[in-house]
Amino acid sequence: MSAIKSRPIYPGLKVDERAKRHLVAAEGEGALAVLEAFADAPDAWSRMTLLYTPGGSAPANHSETLQGRAPDAFHLHPTRQTLMTRLNALLDTATMGTRLYAAGVEGHIGEVVAAGLAHGVDHLSIRTEHRGSLARRVQCVHCKGFIDDVTISPVPCAHCGVPLFVRDHYSRRLAAFQGVSINAETPDEVPASEELYK
Amino acid sequence: MSGGVEIPVRVVDVEQATQTVKRFRLAALSGEPLPSFSAGAHVVVTMDDNGRRMRNPYSLIDRADDGSTYRIGVLRTPNSRGGSKFMHERVNAGDQLVVTMPVNLFPIVRTGRKHLLVAGGIGITPIYAMANELRRRSASYEIHYAMRNEASGAFIDELRAAHGDRLKLYRDDMQEFVSVSQILPNQPLGTHLYVCGPEGMIDAILKGGRDAGWADENLHSERFLAPAGGEPFSVVLQRAGITAEVRSDQSLLEAIEEAGVDAPFLCRGGACGQCETAVVSCDGKLVHNDHFLTEEEHASGKKIMTCVSRLKGRELVLDL
Ligand code: FES
Repeated sequence: MSAIKSRPIYPGLKVDERAKRHLVAAEGEGALAVLEAFADAPDAWSRMTLLYTPGGSAPANHSETLQGRAPDAFHLHPTRQTLMTRLNALLDTATMGTRLYAAGVEGHIGEVVAAGLAHGVDHLSIRTEHRGSLARRVQCVHCKGFIDDVTISPVPCAHCGVPLFVRDHYSRRLAAFQGVSINAETPDEVPASEELYK
Repeated sequence: MSGGVEIPVRVVDVEQATQTVKRFRLAALSGEPLPSFSAGAHVVVTMDDNGRRMRNPYSLIDRADDGSTYRIGVLRTPNSRGGSKFMHERVNAGDQLVVTMPVNLFPIVRTGRKHLLVAGGIGITPIYAMANELRRRSASYEIHYAMRNEASGAFIDELRAAHGDRLKLYRDDMQEFVSVSQILPNQPLGTHLYVCGPEGMIDAILKGGRDAGWADENLHSERFLAPAGGEPFSVVLQRAGITAEVRSDQSLLEAIEEAGVDAPFLCRGGACGQCETAVVSCDGKLVHNDHFLTEEEHASGKKIMTCVSRLKGRELVLDL
């Protein structure tokens, strides 16, 4: 992973015991990272606001296990999109002393970090852990549309149809890798897709 | 020279702001506009006292709109090795000094949603510049300014005029103290705190911030340690093949410079790390005064920050 300079690294969830509020956004298998990280910090659950979406790529739904640990507030969301809407609303009114955590697939982490940045949170103070598939979130540089859960390259853009080569260039602000037309010169040739980021 | 490009300046105006603070207005000797700087920046001023060179960092208060002048504020410190005393007693309008290019080790975090500026005493100088920049940018901010008494507050009138009720004063003589339990709670996520002032105040505010669950990334401080004097000792610059004496009223860095060796520096206050130098050997005990090296590095005895630290003993051999 670290071969790519712009590719973010996810050091793992580490509970900051001094935080007055733990704002945790978990997707899919990211739930397991939350359960593990907070296993040694039983007091922290009573100061936790937990947002969870089972996510497309996860083999299991962990919501019951999470809820069983009795976080102070628990919000179950059907999709990443609805989770992000809720998270942004919470960030709007959050106060200092709140620590932000993100666990799950890379696209999810990226969106959470970008939301934190937009609220003035330094990315270094956001605790992140990657779990689940290596699927990428890709932005088509031609139509600017986003495509989630991309595991192959080239991938046809879901919006404009252009076959995109997924570059190893990651934008933290957009929380996405860059997709560039692979056959701008030779529109008739589309190389076969390879599964790269499973 | 190793603080970067230097600019010869002329003092155009000296103002006694309080009993112990003077403000100096400086213009480039060349008549050209001075480089613009971002709020929180400082310059290192070189003073020449009959051949004895002293260099002190001073935060920049402001730059004239047309760029023709800078202002710096200088507190007269009783235990000064001579720098602030020289500025207060010997520097008058018309005199020449040399300043480095501005360096900013205390910048405003542009992504912050709100900014708390906390100043104690002369620590108001960088804070003053930061408050003006935040006002220009219509950002959200508060200023908390602590001082001994109103007469010793160097910028109160100007600050009041510019910032109105965003300015809160704390006067020791009226039992008013900046308290973290009052200023830290209920600040919106994305708030950054900046503190500049006496050691004890900085430590208390930073600790308060961490205890309140603030992330380290949101807590910023600037301390300019005036290099403490001490007993004299000799320093051997191994690569240059020079042995020099460090006088009791001189910093190690000043002695190295006096010996003609161009050693690196930026802050001259033990904070930036630029002057880190490898210790080859020493006969005596290293006295570390910086805030840059870790405790383990201090204990290892392998490195020294020449701007503020020195030796208690006979001889120090440096890889310079
Ligand atoms: S010059 Fe900055 S630490 Fe010495």
